Amino acid sequence: MAAAATTVGDRSARAVRRPSLAWTGTLPFLCYVGIFLLLPTGIVLWGAISKPTGHGLTLSNLKLLGSSAARGFFLNSVELSAITALVGALLGAVLAYAVASGNPNGVVRRIFLAGSGVLAQFGGVTLAFAFNAAIGPSGGFLTHATWYYDFPQGIGLIYIYFQIPLMVLVFLPAVDGLKVQWREATENLGGSTLQFWRHVGGPLLAPAFLGCTLLLFANALSAYATIVAWENQISYVVTQQISVAMTSEVGLSSANEAQVLALGMVVVVALVMTAYALLQRRTARWLR
Amino acid sequence: MAEVTPLAGGTALLEETPARPRRMQTRRRRRLNLFRYVVFVAFGLFFVLPIYAMVRFSLQGVKPGEYSLKAWRQIASSPDLVGAIEITLELAIITCVVVLLLLVPTMIWVRLRVQWISRTVEFLCLLPLTIPAIVLVVGLAPVYRTIRQHAGLSALQLFWAYAILALPYAYRALAAGLDAIDIKTLSEAARSLGANWLTVMWRIIAPNIRQALLNATLLTGALVLGEFTIASLLLYTNLQVELYNISRATLNAGVLFATSAAALIFTFVLLLILSFAGRRRRGRG
Amino acid sequence: MRSPHRFAIIALAAPAALALLVTGCSTGSSGSPSGKGWESAASASAGGGMSKLVDAAKKEGRLNVIALPPTWANYGTIISDFQKKYGIKVNSANPNGSSQDEVNAVKQENGTAAAPDVLDVGMAVALANTSLFAPYKVSAWNDIPTSQKEPTGLWYQDYGGYMAIGYDSAKFGTITSVSQLLGKKFKSAVALNGNPTQANAALNGVMMANLAVGGTLDDISKGVNFFHQLKKAGNFSPVQATTATVKAGTTPVVFDWDYLNATHGADVPSWKVFVPSNAVLGGYYAQAINKEAPHPAAARLWEEFLYSQASDGGQNLWLAGGARPVEMTAMTTNKSIDSAAAAKLPAVTATPQFMSGPQSTKAATYLATNWAQAVK
Repeated sequence: MAAAATTVGDRSARAVRRPSLAWTGTLPFLCYVGIFLLLPTGIVLWGAISKPTGHGLTLSNLKLLGSSAARGFFLNSVELSAITALVGALLGAVLAYAVASGNPNGVVRRIFLAGSGVLAQFGGVTLAFAFNAAIGPSGGFLTHATWYYDFPQGIGLIYIYFQIPLMVLVFLPAVDGLKVQWREATENLGGSTLQFWRHVGGPLLAPAFLGCTLLLFANALSAYATIVAWENQISYVVTQQISVAMTSEVGLSSANEAQVLALGMVVVVALVMTAYALLQRRTARWLR
Repeated sequence: MAEVTPLAGGTALLEETPARPRRMQTRRRRRLNLFRYVVFVAFGLFFVLPIYAMVRFSLQGVKPGEYSLKAWRQIASSPDLVGAIEITLELAIITCVVVLLLLVPTMIWVRLRVQWISRTVEFLCLLPLTIPAIVLVVGLAPVYRTIRQHAGLSALQLFWAYAILALPYAYRALAAGLDAIDIKTLSEAARSLGANWLTVMWRIIAPNIRQALLNATLLTGALVLGEFTIASLLLYTNLQVELYNISRATLNAGVLFATSAAALIFTFVLLLILSFAGRRRRGRG
Repeated sequence: MRSPHRFAIIALAAPAALALLVTGCSTGSSGSPSGKGWESAASASAGGGMSKLVDAAKKEGRLNVIALPPTWANYGTIISDFQKKYGIKVNSANPNGSSQDEVNAVKQENGTAAAPDVLDVGMAVALANTSLFAPYKVSAWNDIPTSQKEPTGLWYQDYGGYMAIGYDSAKFGTITSVSQLLGKKFKSAVALNGNPTQANAALNGVMMANLAVGGTLDDISKGVNFFHQLKKAGNFSPVQATTATVKAGTTPVVFDWDYLNATHGADVPSWKVFVPSNAVLGGYYAQAINKEAPHPAAARLWEEFLYSQASDGGQNLWLAGGARPVEMTAMTTNKSIDSAAAAKLPAVTATPQFMSGPQSTKAATYLATNWAQAVK
């Protein structure tokens, strides 16, 4: 179907393959993404290396990233994200397995999937309110947790609340892919549950598990609304500091600082997501 | 126990029934069920408790032990809140439509004609996951300055940004659906019978990816209902921003919890209903 | 091939059509100032007189203000009085915003009808953003002390107060010094009004503590150390102190401007406010008019109202809110001051100190590096 009918006999005029214009069908998509995703990203990255006066480029802004304060913010972000990603991934994997090992059309599965879909996106303002209502030191209904405003415990618990459903959503396809037959084959060969997980299920699910953990990590790193609604006035993580840099009224407001921190965030998250994509590709092989 | 696994490829598995020790299977099944119930109860409790606290607070009467629907009625009587709810619902609908219009034709077209660009499209669709909203909004401010001056001040303009945020989720949902059907054969058959591209997409392919379309819509809708970062930093007022403003004025205001609980229940019920609606057609071609 | 092009047109047209639909329902206008020439008037007389100003403002019919909480220095009453007196509708946006939020809104919304007309900002923000302001001298210009205004009228201070500690005396008895707060009975009780690396009131709170424990305006390290001790003792609450938290009892001890602390007395009858005798730190805010204000005449009329010395004018209304109006000295001399309200202001025993621009920046820079670590 490639080359259309060519004129007979005119070799020089006949291209081996006429360049197809079919790709223009993706132009609307490309333009949209270009304007609303690539352009803003470019603005941020450009601003990170621009001089504060606005004329000319400079790399000196990047020195900000090396300052002890910036390092503190990034360390806090990584600490919070790593803890909540690991805990969320482990608990989420257990829940995903429990859901997957049931009736695929059952009510329980539907409820947990619908619930996960809602709760994974629930994070943010309303989630922080709910936790404040449940265990907040001033208004807690269930208990007054004195550690509610501690970092990373207080905010970590809130993060885990939306990390677990997210894990269920992204890990479930992998667990579904664990064919029943493999389990039965292990049994037929005399293997126990532990042996199944150690030698069959574990290794098969490992890439997917790791990849999903990375996704959870990136998700926690990028979270902003939840920690703002947590109402702790101390700025712990990079996302909060970006907002402080944009809205500080004590003379510290610096668009460049916001952009440099943003650049740092993009680099970290990009590394994490690349690792995730590579792991996803490995996983997909087993699921086909 | 053959199962048609709803995965990419969708190959039916052959039924295998080798002789196996029944007792071990029953015991394993029982242990598995015990494990499942324990897990469901434990996680169920964990997830429900904060929501329960929220709902309980929203039903708080004047004195600590009383119940009252005052907070729920307050939702309707606060014009700012009602306005914010309206705007956000409208935004959700607009964003869903825009995302589907943007992605579905493009993805179908890429699968059919321009396979070499599919990696790029996939990368672009997953890119928003790499660029956190707080970073994006720093760069969106100048773009929105222009939008404000030429396209009006309505918060509905947020849909431009929200569609980008929804891309990764919608893309994956749609990709799962499109991978499960044989687009090439379907479209070639339809085209050979004289259908134009619009017909192919609307009447041939779309019905076959119904579940994926629903998933994409729901993920986008949930995202818009919960979005705070971009709206607040671009100086627009949507539902989450309004709730946050209220919370600053009145700590633990009942109306906050009533609205949050309502939004949550609404989305959950929607997801549940649509998960049933999507499956109904599974038996047919 | 026709198909990709038709395709592209449809796929591109649909979102565009949506956008048109959506914007067709919006009410944005181009927002260019329509007040005949008032946008360049540097005073009421230069524009043709007060009555012409009032007429032009009434014609504009609207005023956009931003970041003015109703309980902040009596702004709620000021706004409603202005509306009633002139029939001009006041749009109050983002009441919880900071001074920088105001400037961001100006930059983001200039050119539309929603841009803020007037600003009430902290000194740091005012000094940094004079390029956004229009010069204007109110009628009472000469009654504003020279050190408290910009010579050409780009900004002018409006009201101020002293940093004070407000507390619930029913819970803690009487507090007479800052160092008492390190005691055991103040567990999780002490709060600032915001994040000191972000909010003016919070920064001044730390500076006041700094002065009280022996620091100076040029070096805020002792203040940061004080809060570090406070956190170690478990007495520091990281929540922002607001009317809501005071009412709920979450923050029974608050470092805040005296006029803001005074308002809590309405919710907590046993609320007391004291200014430490060895740390009288004052701070004034400043008014400015947006150069590209969508309602320039209304903006100028608003300023005239705020600086009017009449018994129902802005200066006395601010005084009623517990803040010290900038024309206080002049008004005390010419007896236009509301003496009953003036008597209610907290007594101050030492000479007040004020942070200069450079001192403020130095303190802020120190906090940026050290605050998060200190109160972690």
